[in-house]
Amino acid sequence: MALGPYLLLAAIEGLVGAAVLALTAVGLSLVFGVMRVVNVAHGAFFMLGAVAAWFVTQAVPGPPWVGFAVALVAAPLSVGALAVAADLLVLRRLDYAPEPTIVATIGLLYILQALALTGFGPDARPVPAPFEAVIQLPWFGVSAYKLAVVGLAAALLGFVWLGLARSRAGLVMRATRSDRAMAEAFGIDTGRVYALTFGAGAALAAVAAVLIVPISQAHYLMGGDPLLLAFIVVILGGLGSLRGTVVAALAIGLGDGIASVFFSPTVGKIVATLLVALVLVFRPQGLFGREAA
Amino acid sequence: MDRRARLPSRRSLLQVGAALAGAAALPRFVQAQSAAPVRLGVQVHLTGIGAAYGRWYARTARAALEVLNAAGGIGGRPVELVFEDDATDPRRGAEVVEKLATQAGCEAIFGTLFSNVVISSAARAGELRIPYLVCSEGHHVASGALNRWTLQPGITDVKSQVIAMAPWVAANLGRRVAMIFPDYAFGHDHRDFFSEAIAARGGEVIARIAVPPTETSFTRYLPRIPRDTEVLYHVMVGPSVLTFVKELGTFYGRGGRPEIFGFIDSLEGVDIAAPGLAFLEGTHLWEGQPRYLQPDAPEHETFYRASVGVGDSGAAQEDPRDVSTYAHMFSVWETLFVIKRGMEAAGYRGPADRSALVEAIEAMEAFPAGREHPQGDKLFNGRTHQAFGHQHISKVEEGRLAVVHTTSIEDGLYPDEVDYTTRSF
Amino acid sequence: MSGGRASLALHLGVLALLLALGFVLPPYPHANLARVMVLAVYAMGYNLAFGYTGLLSLGHALYFAAGMYAAGLTVRFGVFPAAPAFMAGVAAGGGLALVVGVLALRTTGAAFMIVTLMVAQAGYLAILTFGRVTGGDEGFVLERAARIVGPLDLSQEGPRYAAALALFAGGLLASLALVRSRAGRVLVAMRENPERSRMLGYDPFRWRLLALGLSGAFAGAAGAGYALLFGYVGASFAAIDHSILPLLWVLLGGAGTVLGPFVGTLVMFWLVDAASGITTAPQLVVGAALVALVLFARRGLMGSLRARLVPWLP
Repeated sequence: MALGPYLLLAAIEGLVGAAVLALTAVGLSLVFGVMRVVNVAHGAFFMLGAVAAWFVTQAVPGPPWVGFAVALVAAPLSVGALAVAADLLVLRRLDYAPEPTIVATIGLLYILQALALTGFGPDARPVPAPFEAVIQLPWFGVSAYKLAVVGLAAALLGFVWLGLARSRAGLVMRATRSDRAMAEAFGIDTGRVYALTFGAGAALAAVAAVLIVPISQAHYLMGGDPLLLAFIVVILGGLGSLRGTVVAALAIGLGDGIASVFFSPTVGKIVATLLVALVLVFRPQGLFGREAA
Repeated sequence: MDRRARLPSRRSLLQVGAALAGAAALPRFVQAQSAAPVRLGVQVHLTGIGAAYGRWYARTARAALEVLNAAGGIGGRPVELVFEDDATDPRRGAEVVEKLATQAGCEAIFGTLFSNVVISSAARAGELRIPYLVCSEGHHVASGALNRWTLQPGITDVKSQVIAMAPWVAANLGRRVAMIFPDYAFGHDHRDFFSEAIAARGGEVIARIAVPPTETSFTRYLPRIPRDTEVLYHVMVGPSVLTFVKELGTFYGRGGRPEIFGFIDSLEGVDIAAPGLAFLEGTHLWEGQPRYLQPDAPEHETFYRASVGVGDSGAAQEDPRDVSTYAHMFSVWETLFVIKRGMEAAGYRGPADRSALVEAIEAMEAFPAGREHPQGDKLFNGRTHQAFGHQHISKVEEGRLAVVHTTSIEDGLYPDEVDYTTRSF
Repeated sequence: MSGGRASLALHLGVLALLLALGFVLPPYPHANLARVMVLAVYAMGYNLAFGYTGLLSLGHALYFAAGMYAAGLTVRFGVFPAAPAFMAGVAAGGGLALVVGVLALRTTGAAFMIVTLMVAQAGYLAILTFGRVTGGDEGFVLERAARIVGPLDLSQEGPRYAAALALFAGGLLASLALVRSRAGRVLVAMRENPERSRMLGYDPFRWRLLALGLSGAFAGAAGAGYALLFGYVGASFAAIDHSILPLLWVLLGGAGTVLGPFVGTLVMFWLVDAASGITTAPQLVVGAALVALVLFARRGLMGSLRARLVPWLP
């Protein structure tokens, strides 16, 4: 294939990956930024979102888009509620101390994976896309649903940004992030803010998974990659910077796609991986971070 | 057996401990009586990325056990299977072999599929001196990389499969081939053996596209398929196989496409009628055993199918969405009956006869088709510890797989690369 | 200082107990304990960087794998016999940790986690892609003949246990000596208050690099030991979850305690093994145990013991 169309294809693929990654990473960034904890179970919440989408689309009759629309609402709500429960039952009792929280969220990850294995099974299961259409270009076909994912993810990100910047909930969250003690002095129930933040972060991972699952199937081990990539994107973008997270997700997603054009695939992955490390070595605060992370 | 082997070396190492060691050497349980059950270990991928295969391997093993015991077990003794999950993890695999051999008291172990788990586990089985029969289709056994205790009598290895099919591909589909495969050992085996085999038929591999093993989306690699490709050869493994095949379909869309020849591994456990797979119509796939019941299926095939609980379309009888790993799982069934035949030939009584069991299997030369070998007849090479059987090439027609060609066993033979019988136990 | 003598007695007592267990344990726990002792060396190395110096690395599998492949490949291709191959493994683990450290230690906190994670991931992919040498994901087996050190045939249970115990004893006593030395106290000071230590004239970069290098050498020793004792070298030892495991073991056993890494490795190993015997979803049991442990013993098993009962525990 000529270089032009090849790059176009790589860019489309990269954009789809970046859109879903940005959504997942913003969820992780919220939790990391506000609560200062590394949530290792974030990938498990992502996986649960996909699994929930499978159950919902199986249960809801009618054309595929109905089930998908229900999943888009039900999956993040249920996963978010589960995360709130985990926060209240476990993380709060650890006072969000960094190291015990890592162990607890690893434990949570194991528990959620085991539950998915028992209740959902070890197979990768397909979830029907809300619509099946292929846009035929002269050189190759593109799934129309993939383009829709980019649009939906962008809209959701805009919504999150508006919520953080304009709503009272966003204000409270930002206040808690910058100074918990001060926020408490102003009468903010930071315990509640923490629980809701944890829930919102998990819900974002779940909604990202609902978007991607018609493309890549639900599987009980699917949370590993999104967790790692989201973690990388959050740090690379600069902690606490929504813009940085989105830019880093675009850089990683597109970079990965474009690198695969010019390098032999696995070598391309190695180069991209080392590049991320090097960027952080020379800019530890991340691309848009203000202070040392 | 292994306990006796352990103690002298330890004593030579630490003479002060001789008395204590002697105490530890007291047998903890009495040797099995002749009517006591024969215990066999099944190492199975119940969790991890091989779990979809493992679940069906376990189901096939249980079904085979029922048939075996109903026919009188082994040498008149009933057989018990002990299942142990290795999480498809080579690290855990070696520990599982250990557990089955030394704690569960199994006489032999079988059933492992993923080749990285096979290799780490086989090393441990060799040290523990326990027969280890794998159901992996990897070339690791016949390549000589393993040991006297490791055998693969239940399934043909990938080198033989590829050699057997390359002539048909060259003659019927085309000679300019692009290969797409996972960038690790299993994919490299396909790359190397097929390149060689197609060159011998005047063909050529014009592109080798190795997909990074951590990849979950594939479209970006597809433009590397050259325009003048006549045949696209694909093989993928793992939970993302359906994504791979779907993306291949989207990529070609309504445009023209080359002939497509794949290994059923790319679709194992996947319903080929799933949305997005319509483009597979008219493409060809290798199958170890035909997933869909063929019109001319012999009695032993339908008997096996019914015993495992698989319907005519290759899915579980109780749940048509639950598609089996039909092209591979027969190996577990057949391996159990090879163990039976070997134990009876060796007059097996207990762990002291383990090496005699290996020798008895090495002495075997052929397995006739029948209820004990439902996939078909096979030759067994006792020197390389590897079985060679028929391979099937099936075409997707109206959403079903129909066999269009069956290779002869001789098509897949190649010169020995090892003679395990010259190695010590 | 009676605490010092008591702790020495305690650790020697643990070693004596392990020696005695080598003679009385039935085969299965016997072999597992040998495995746990080797992996505990890996955890002890991780503890030097993380528990004592505060460096949360997510890429230690790279140093474990460096030791494993350095020893395994040199033996496989007949460059060295087993004993020098082991030393090559230690050097590879330590050397690689120093090289990575020179770059990674320019960062701290989360950025340090990502940099170490990324470099280790690149190493893992390199092992897979250079399969002709490394065996890729399948790895390779070390023949029995290549695993003989002097009179010891490491493929035999007795010598294997003895070698694992020797490796473990070396790691444990070295950790203990380090922790009780001036250098050990400087490292802890780095963790607790880097600014103050800097003002006292200690260069944080050099001390951290030292800790990371030592930590890598421990990991390399464990990797090389694993290859030579258990006869298998494979890429799964370089994968991400093999970097997370020592973190988990150390936190479970108690970060910043000398015995914690061993206790954590042992408990985790036992949990996985026992759970797989009673359920088809062993992860559920392990996960629940982790959550319960952290709720009731937040500083890990040995850390909580120290906080509540035995204040002199190093």
